Amino acid sequence: MSGKMERVTVPINVTVNGVKHEAEVEPRLLLVYFLREHLGLTGTHVGCDTSQCGACTIHMNGRAVKSCTVLAVQADGVKITTIEGLAPEGTLHPVQEGFREKHGLQCGYCTPGMIMTAVHLLETNSSPTEEEIRHALEGNLCRCTGYIHIVEAIQWAAQRMRSSHVSS
Amino acid sequence: MFPASFGYFAARSLEEALELLTEYGEDAKLLAGGHSLIPAMKLRLATPRYLIDLGRVPGLSGVRIDGEALAIGALTAHADVASSAIIRQRLPGLADAASVIGDVQVRNRGTIGGSVAHADPAADLPVILTALGASFVLASPSGKRTVAAEDFFIDFYTTALAPNEVLTGIRVPLPPSGAGAAYAKLPHPASGYVVVSAGALIIRQPSGQCASARVALGGMAGRPLRAGATETALQGKALTPQVIAAAAAKAAEGSDPIEDAYASAEYKRQVAAVYARRAIESAAKRAGQKI
Repeated sequence: MSGKMERVTVPINVTVNGVKHEAEVEPRLLLVYFLREHLGLTGTHVGCDTSQCGACTIHMNGRAVKSCTVLAVQADGVKITTIEGLAPEGTLHPVQEGFREKHGLQCGYCTPGMIMTAVHLLETNSSPTEEEIRHALEGNLCRCTGYIHIVEAIQWAAQRMRSSHVSS
Repeated sequence: MFPASFGYFAARSLEEALELLTEYGEDAKLLAGGHSLIPAMKLRLATPRYLIDLGRVPGLSGVRIDGEALAIGALTAHADVASSAIIRQRLPGLADAASVIGDVQVRNRGTIGGSVAHADPAADLPVILTALGASFVLASPSGKRTVAAEDFFIDFYTTALAPNEVLTGIRVPLPPSGAGAAYAKLPHPASGYVVVSAGALIIRQPSGQCASARVALGGMAGRPLRAGATETALQGKALTPQVIAAAAAKAAEGSDPIEDAYASAEYKRQVAAVYARRAIESAAKRAGQKI
């Protein structure tokens, strides 16, 4: 392994929560660390670091992905949304509200990932059944709540999003 | 966890990817969705000196009908295989297999070509694609060749891909009317990987007899195995539950399953019969058989 190669960086252009960022990154830098340590967006958590737990879930071009299993260089030219970008400053996305209303968290570690997965689900299926919600959460682990309140939070949000869609 | 350092190239065309592959050969790995390779690199099980990223190569994703076959681009994500209207209509067994890979996030990022080229013996797609008689399009600087699934998968993580070749697409023959395919899987409860799985393609005559059967098993060896004794036992027979169960009971015949801490060889042989039966029954139902 040549020392020279280790120092090589690659330029990337990434739009995160609507803001364009240009950066020079090492190819081996994982997207989750780019978001947390380069951009300071620490709402995205590192849990298992082995693509199991889903705490690092973000959206790449609108799709929920685990950012511990994506290289930052793969995000070149991509639009990313993190938990910080779901709703304008000072407001909450309906799924965030649902987690608050229904106590969908205890320690909160898994919550950003849970919410990002739930938002992706509700964008593709506005009226999921309980089974569909549980299936969608297969890649997100919570070690506190036992999932019941998380499912209720997402059901609450689904209803809120449907009714606001109707009224608008 | 970080991968070891590597040099990175984002190929902009297939030609460029092939040039890079020719230059760096066995020192390089191709990167598609990265959902097998990046975890392996983080664990330092894989330490390629160079990655050639195919993610921006145009024309490598999507599903279309091409003559008598379904043509699926190698970079098509599992989620898109699972939700493709054409696949759900013409080959729902393939959509089923794609929809039980990993989890939502993994399916959004992992690709069919990546799974096939990685050739994990606990993966889903190699099994159903073997049952469906799929073939793989391999491009090299000297042109393209097409390799049948059974000749492609050689052993654990070992395929017929040459160091200078790129898997660009998957071709799945469209089954005739009166055919049905299905996939049934026993997942490992923690990882979701295959413990044992079965894919089946049944072509049924209007009379209810089995015109032909292809059954492939996963988790039993370093590559998908055809359940030859099961196929023979179905051939020409009425697709009744009794016939299917008797045929499926032969699924593990001649196999020497790999054992691990979760499943003994004996357990896998028994489970193979159960999942072969489930896959065959579902395929027969899709072919129009009332069971």
